[in-house]
Amino acid sequence: MSESLIFHFDVDGEDFTSAGQASVQVKKNLRRLGISPEIIRQVSIAMYEGEINMVIHAHGGSADVVVNEDKIEIILADKGPGIADIELAMQEGYSTAPDSVRSLGFGAGMGLPNMKRYTDEMTIESKVGEGTTIKMVVKL
Amino acid sequence: MKISEIKKLLNAKVICGEELAENDVYSACGSDMMSDVLAYVKDQAVLLTGLVNSQVIRTAEMMDMVCIVFVRSKQPTEEMIELAKDSGIVILTTDLRLYEACGQLYVNGLVGNGRTEV
Ligand SMILES: Nc1ncnc2c1ncn2[C@@H]1O[C@H](COP(=O)(O)OP(=O)(O)OP(=O)(O)O)[C@@H](O)[C@H]1O
Ligand SMILES: [Mg+2]
Repeated sequence: MSESLIFHFDVDGEDFTSAGQASVQVKKNLRRLGISPEIIRQVSIAMYEGEINMVIHAHGGSADVVVNEDKIEIILADKGPGIADIELAMQEGYSTAPDSVRSLGFGAGMGLPNMKRYTDEMTIESKVGEGTTIKMVVKL
Repeated sequence: MKISEIKKLLNAKVICGEELAENDVYSACGSDMMSDVLAYVKDQAVLLTGLVNSQVIRTAEMMDMVCIVFVRSKQPTEEMIELAKDSGIVILTTDLRLYEACGQLYVNGLVGNGRTEV
């Protein structure tokens, strides 16, 4: 694989039931490429958490997964409310999710910490009122 | 522990994946919060939960889990069953509560073995 492969998805912010579909598809695509199960699990969990966040916190967005020779990049971008205090949002247990989200099984405040845990690099760029872009890298 | 043994211990019904019932599970996780589940990497695990929506199936799929047990007689939707079949995940339902179902499996030798490292 000398050229990088890009998978692009639009993440629908209105439909919680379908949230996570892009991550399921990425998992299938990576399997077809013969990438190791451990790496696939890291990429798909990190992307899934980010995808769910875009749906529950940011009215949807876009997801790009770039498969290079030596690494997989995941770029999640939304035009949601943004994150005012990124350091606080990264803490385990911190969540602004309302009870309606909690009753769907999310809002434990574990998503961003999980994304960091399962990836080798993670950067968050966010501006209140404009949106959030999260880049993650998993090394191959 | 084989999935068929879990079925017996929990007096559970198989909703889909009957043909996979002789597969082994090595660890278990009981929670209604999906991100808590996603924090623990385990091999060939079973997920016990009282939460019923498509995200439960997708969470299990992301974790490479092999079996989901819905407690308190909760019934998955057709859409969820299709998702599970597609991913080769066995779905069981039991009348037991989450605490009791987890306890049954634990005392019979299926320990959680949770770890937070990759
Ligand atoms: N894309 C986003 N846009 C705006 N705010 C976000 C976004 N992602 C996360 N946040 C904020 O950061 C907080 C922490 O996110 P995190 O994913 O860790 O927890 P959560 O989504 O609330 O719960 P969990 O992930 O455990 O289901 C969120 O509650 C929300 O306030
Ligand atoms: Mg989250």
